[in-house]
Amino acid sequence: MSKYTKRFDGRKFDETRKIKIELDIIPNADGSALFAFGDTIAMAAVYGPKQLHPQHMQNPSKGILRVKYDMMSFSVTERKKPGPNRRGMEISKVSEWALADIVDLDSFPNTVVDVHIMIPQANASTRVAGLNAAVLALARAGVPMKEMAAAVSIGKMDKTLVVDVIKEEEDYEEGEGATDIAFCFGSRSKKVLLTQLDGKISPAELKEAMKLGEQACSKIYEMLKDALKKGVEK
Amino acid sequence: MNEEERVEEKREERVLVVPGESIVSGEDYLPGDWTKREGKDIVSNRYGLAEKSGRLVKIIPLSGIYMPRAGNVVIGTVTDVTFNGWIMDINAPYSGFLPLSETPRFINKEEIQSFIDIGEIVVAKVDAVKGKGVDLTIKIRGLGKKEDGMLVKVNHSKVPRIIGREGSMINLIKQETGCDIIVGQNGLVWIKGNSVDEELFAKKSIEEITRRSFVAGLTEQMEKWFKENKGK
Repeated sequence: MSKYTKRFDGRKFDETRKIKIELDIIPNADGSALFAFGDTIAMAAVYGPKQLHPQHMQNPSKGILRVKYDMMSFSVTERKKPGPNRRGMEISKVSEWALADIVDLDSFPNTVVDVHIMIPQANASTRVAGLNAAVLALARAGVPMKEMAAAVSIGKMDKTLVVDVIKEEEDYEEGEGATDIAFCFGSRSKKVLLTQLDGKISPAELKEAMKLGEQACSKIYEMLKDALKKGVEK
Repeated sequence: MNEEERVEEKREERVLVVPGESIVSGEDYLPGDWTKREGKDIVSNRYGLAEKSGRLVKIIPLSGIYMPRAGNVVIGTVTDVTFNGWIMDINAPYSGFLPLSETPRFINKEEIQSFIDIGEIVVAKVDAVKGKGVDLTIKIRGLGKKEDGMLVKVNHSKVPRIIGREGSMINLIKQETGCDIIVGQNGLVWIKGNSVDEELFAKKSIEEITRRSFVAGLTEQMEKWFKENKGK
C-alpha cells in the first residue's frame, strides 16, 4: 500500500477526473465530439464513408479507416511543433487499429472513413481521451459499428495503481518510479482493443491494472452512451 | 395473436440505441436493417432509433451519409461526360453513372454533351448498385435534366419527414407555396416556383421541417406554421 491516502489532485486512487462530453462541436463534419478528462481535452471529427482517392488504395472487399492524431502547438507548456512527428504518427496508428476492430468496415467497401483527433489542451492521458472522443464522433456520424469502446489510462506510482493519470503522476520518481498504461476495451465483447505500457510492472500487477481499467472503462462507456442518448432529445 | 394486439405491438415506442447495445433478447425476434443476432440477443449495429414491427427489429438511422439503393430517386450534378454516358455526383460515397442507353430518346454520340452538360442537375432513378458504382436511369417520365429552380441540401435521414405519410407533407408544401418540388432520397431537394420569393418560402419551410423533425404530428404543426408565415 502507498504512504499516501489521496492523489496529488485529491482524487481517490480509482477515480477518474471530471468527464465532460459534448456532441456536434464541428458543424462541417459528419459527426464530431469533445471528450475531456479534467483539463485533458480531445476533439474528434469524422468524415465519411466517402470516396477514396487515390483509387489504388481502394479495397473492394472492405472499407478503410484513417485516423490522424495531433496535439495543437499550444496544448502543452513547451510549444509543440505542429505537424506529424514520431509520437503523433504512432498514436494515430494504434488508435486506427483499435477503432478498426469496432467499426464495421465490411459494410462500406471501396470507401474511406477519416477520423481526426485533435488535442487542444493536454495533461497526460491524451490518447485515451482521443479514443473516447473518436468513438463518440463515429457513432454520431452514423458509421456502422459492431460495438462501442471506452478507453482509460492506468498508472503505477511506486507500488500504487491509479486510474486516469495526470502529468505529475506520469513523472513520479520515488521508489519504483512511474508506469503508464493505456487501455481500450470493447463495450460488448470486452476485447482489449489497445494496450500500451511505458515503465515497469510485474505480471501480477498488470493483471490488477487491467481489472481496474476494465472497471473504469465500463463506467466511461455508460457515460458515453448516456451522452449519445441525450444528444437527440431536443 | 389477434388484430388488436398486433396494432398495440406496432405502436411500441422507438428507443434510441448505440452500436453494440442489445435491443431485445429471445428467439422470437428477427434482425432487420442495421441489426445483428449475437447469441440470444439482437444487437444494434448503428446509432439510431430501434423499432419493433411485429417480429422484425430494425434501426432507423438518425445521421450518416446516404447509401444508394435500387429504386431510389436521387438528384445529382454531372461531373463528367464520357463517350457512353454521364458521371454524376449523387451526394453518396459512390459516384453515379448514367449510360447513354438509359435516356428517354436516342442520343447521337455527337450531341451527348449538348443533351446534358457538366454541372447540370439531373433527377434520376437508381437502377442498380454495384460494387464500385451506381447505375442510374432517366427513362421514366418525370426524370431528367432540370434547367432552372434551386437545390436545397438536407440530411438524407430527414427525407421521410419532408415527404410525410403518403406524401402528406410534400403535398402541403406544394399547395401552400405553389412550387414544384422533387425530393431526392439522397437529401437534395429541387424547388421550382413562379418567383424566387416562392422558392425561398418553400426552402424556409423545408428547413423548418428538418429543424423540428422530432416533433410528433408535424404535418398539423406545419399547417399552422404556413398560416402564420404566409405572405411575410
